Amino acid sequence: MTLQTIVFIILAVVICVCSVLAITTKRILRSATYLLFVLFATAGIYFQLNYSFLGAVQLLIYAGGITILYVFSILLTSSEGDKAEPLKTGKMIAGLVSTLAGLAICLFVIIKHKFFPSVFQTGELEVRTIGEALMGTDKFQYLLPFEVISILLLACIVGGIMIARKR
Amino acid sequence: MDMVQMEWYLVLATVMMFCGIYGFLTRRNLLAMLISVELILNSVDINFAVFNRFLFPGQLEGVFFTIFAIGVSAAETAVAIAIIINIYRNMKNIQVKNLDKMKED
Repeated sequence: MTLQTIVFIILAVVICVCSVLAITTKRILRSATYLLFVLFATAGIYFQLNYSFLGAVQLLIYAGGITILYVFSILLTSSEGDKAEPLKTGKMIAGLVSTLAGLAICLFVIIKHKFFPSVFQTGELEVRTIGEALMGTDKFQYLLPFEVISILLLACIVGGIMIARKR
Repeated sequence: MDMVQMEWYLVLATVMMFCGIYGFLTRRNLLAMLISVELILNSVDINFAVFNRFLFPGQLEGVFFTIFAIGVSAAETAVAIAIIINIYRNMKNIQVKNLDKMKED
């Protein structure tokens, strides 16, 4: 058992336990906190795959930005006596059964499928490479999606202000 | 160099994704449903990164898809939270079963 395996097991346990807790806990603020732990562990997975840039993006945008948004909006919208009323047992069982069926099918497919021979190339992905691929217009370069996503973010800022402003 | 097999990463992402789906089906609070959607998006991001690293290590498509997916999900969260806050301002409540005003008139 190597160090990589131990790290992976720790991250996997954190992800599984915290994502189950995030969807089963009654209080929504706790749910957001468990989501934060899941996002941290996902960043750990990216670091383990040697994608440091991706892990940093995950930490900054997800764990830093989105979780703060969630916490603010939970504090704005949930008054303290606001517990979710329990779901009907029949509906819960239906959801659980369909979820478990889907999970079983997907796990079966993943484990049975023969992928190409996978090789793990160690070595860091340089930020210079990422930057050049992001800013070029050739094949396998991504200037156009970059610009499109900037337009998307602008539209989201405008839309968010439009929707949430006071009338 | 013995690494963790690729299938284990995929199994992990699958478990996370179906946690999100279960939450989306059973939670009755809009913000909790949005948290479940975040879980689903996050598991898909892991899959992209893992496929890129293990199967096509010389290329960058998975990394860029993950970066753009993170950006899109940030935008989606911002707009969804704006909508939820607006709903709360109008109805003082964000439980799903109370959101039937648009059906009636």
